[in-house]
Amino acid sequence: MKKAKPAPKAVRGAADPAVKKVVARHAGNKGALITVLQEVQAELGYLSGQTIEQISRAMDLPASQVYGVATFYTQFRLKPVGKHLMRVCHGTACHVSGAGKISQALEDELKVGDGETTEDGKFTLETVACLGCCSLAPVMMIDSETYGRLTPDSARKAAKDF
Amino acid sequence: MRTAAETRKRSSKIPDYRVVVGLGSCGIAAGGHKVMAALKDEIKKSKLNVALAETGCVGMCYREVLLDVYDKAGNLFTYGNMTPERLPRLVEEHLAGHQPVKDWLVRAHNQALPDDSFYAKQKRIVLRNCGVFNPESIQDYMDHQGYQALVKALKTMTPEQVIKEVLDSGLRGRGGAGFPTGRKWQFARDSRNDKKYVICNGDEGDPGAFMDRSVLEGDPHNVMEGMLIAAYAIGADEGYLYVRAEYPLAVQRLKLAITEAKKKGLLGKNIMGTGFNFEMKIKEGAGAFVCGEETALMASIEGKRGMPKLRPPFPAVSGLWGKPTNINNVETYANVSWIILNGGAAFAALGTEKSKGSKVFALAGQIVRGGLVEVPMGITVWEIIYEVGGGIKGGRQFKAVQMGGPSGGCIPAALADTVIDYDSVTQTGAIMGSGGMVVMDDTTCMVDIARFFLDFTQKESCGKCTFCRVGTKRMLEILDRITKGQGVEGDIELLLELADKIKVSSLCGLGQTAPNPVLTTIKYFRDEYEAHIKQKKCPAHSCKELLTYEIIAEKCVGCTACARVCPSSCIAGAVKKPHVIDQAKCVKCGSCVVKCKFDAIRVS
Ligand SMILES: Cc1cc2nc3c(=O)[nH]c(=O)nc-3n(C[C@H](O)[C@H](O)[C@H](O)COP(=O)(O)O)c2cc1C
Ligand code: FES
Repeated sequence: MKKAKPAPKAVRGAADPAVKKVVARHAGNKGALITVLQEVQAELGYLSGQTIEQISRAMDLPASQVYGVATFYTQFRLKPVGKHLMRVCHGTACHVSGAGKISQALEDELKVGDGETTEDGKFTLETVACLGCCSLAPVMMIDSETYGRLTPDSARKAAKDF
Repeated sequence: MRTAAETRKRSSKIPDYRVVVGLGSCGIAAGGHKVMAALKDEIKKSKLNVALAETGCVGMCYREVLLDVYDKAGNLFTYGNMTPERLPRLVEEHLAGHQPVKDWLVRAHNQALPDDSFYAKQKRIVLRNCGVFNPESIQDYMDHQGYQALVKALKTMTPEQVIKEVLDSGLRGRGGAGFPTGRKWQFARDSRNDKKYVICNGDEGDPGAFMDRSVLEGDPHNVMEGMLIAAYAIGADEGYLYVRAEYPLAVQRLKLAITEAKKKGLLGKNIMGTGFNFEMKIKEGAGAFVCGEETALMASIEGKRGMPKLRPPFPAVSGLWGKPTNINNVETYANVSWIILNGGAAFAALGTEKSKGSKVFALAGQIVRGGLVEVPMGITVWEIIYEVGGGIKGGRQFKAVQMGGPSGGCIPAALADTVIDYDSVTQTGAIMGSGGMVVMDDTTCMVDIARFFLDFTQKESCGKCTFCRVGTKRMLEILDRITKGQGVEGDIELLLELADKIKVSSLCGLGQTAPNPVLTTIKYFRDEYEAHIKQKKCPAHSCKELLTYEIIAEKCVGCTACARVCPSSCIAGAVKKPHVIDQAKCVKCGSCVVKCKFDAIRVS
């Protein structure tokens, strides 16, 4: 396949230092793309179109391949997120224990829908399938803090107090 | 955290007590870190000679936070539901006054307690160290036979003898399908190649299960030892631990375990001078259920989209990067060291004719004792739910238990005497699966459960096979409409037809099994589907659109509590007079029922 023509300078820009650093760390490792995406996202919060292009160039992979992987896995975000990530579990155990009501309460409290970010940019609300604490259902996580045995009221309180 | 051994070294004399806090993910979620911090303060203040340590999950998640007190003789007292507020009394009475606090004890060596029945029928092989040792200390593991099985295998057994032992044990894969582990190893051994891999599948995709998480967090070295033995048996020198993205604590503990094992020369080149080399790496998943499927998992390790491939060739012939690869589940590997140390025959002595050993289950849902249990194969579903699990929450009626997650099905209460063994469970239409057991009572709607799983598989389908991609979507639409009261005559038949087509025309297990939750609920709860479709009623009172809320005038005292909480202001009435709900405006949120103290709202 013929190599694609380099993009005009304005679009290309220099790669973000975070991208450079992460790609350099995994240089020569087979199959490092997912790890690279994970580490870059951890640094930058999300993967913008520009970031994806920079990664593709730095790793010498087609941008379509990088984009394909980034969209396949739910962990990768292509849009910026709020300061804190609020993940409400909708796994089986949480579902039968009233996860729907927890999400409803949080949506009312924060005035956002699933996958949305609050106006002040403080929280992004998400549903996930199982956080592995099923015996404490219903469960949610705010960043790395886990909250178990929730009620709509305690969920609202956790959001207020955080 | 300092390990117990280090703390011991620092103090001049042997501590009077060793106090261990359970810090698995569930313990932490219940407030384990707060209890630990408060405990440190209390001990410091009291100037007692007490050693502190941490451990993984013992399985009694329903009693978290758990705290173990060991006396000098090694006797154990376990306390449940601990909070920082409870610590001063515990320290004063037990650690200083030597009188155990009876009110909070859940387990003690010298007295019978109600929670004893949680352990009575368990047989702990995989979980034998979980909640006992410090998972962050390789020394703790090695002090208790850790890596002895590896020594035995490397120094006294040939790879063929190792495989024979595993074959004799009758161990079958715990990841779901139940393929005999020894045979899988033999295939990989027979594949000639200068490069081979072993992989540990820690993707644990079943939403409602947490066995593998607890084992990885609670006893990481045991899983690694199993992988090392497998690598020796098949002739591999490199391995991957593939762990789900949602399990950061497991990843952290595995990283530490690998570092420690390297330092001890248990990983790397020429292990224990035997000429055996093995390197181990961790790969974190990135959130895709289908990556639990072995060929998709390998694509994911290779950095690609996790799309399953047609088998054969099986991984044993052509796996990771085209090389012969052995892939097993976390729990499968966690059985291996016990089998090598105790012999395949000892393992095979447990269980039924075709399912040997023990199986770990994650109990969740409407069960009194939600947690992690390990029981011998051959026990009945009833025994697990009622004797080990303590029955149904709130004394409600047991309706069904979901086994096998999105690939499995619901076993109804009427079949509770089903024996736990691969073949008996499969006969019900469910599958043994990886060990998730979500217990449901009479408030759970079976059509909604089927809808829930289809929603999951439909989202997680990788899209490669048409019937899996589009068929599951069509099934979901039908189920959606049934739960909304828009079901029509013929919907059940249409679901059955689609289910059949999806099963036969999907490449991987995801599509082949996706219809199972629908098929089993239709098989055992067809009347519930019909009630939704024909009478537009949800017998479990769970499907929102099919409910009516009415105030029973005779019972209503006119306290106005319901009217104040109603988000759509559809409840009207004067103070101290019966209220009325405007059916046209009611959004069926149920807030009024929760608020009413007089049981005056009827849901039908
Ligand atoms: C859709 C799908 C999801 C799977 N998820 C898992 C999983 O989360 N964990 C697992 O160990 N096996 C899973 N499996 C089974 C694996 O493909 C494979 O059979 C297993 O890892 C083999 O290990 P075992 O022989 O020790 O059971 C899944 C299979 C399918 C089809
Ligand atoms: S189902 Fe919610 S934590 Fe597992």
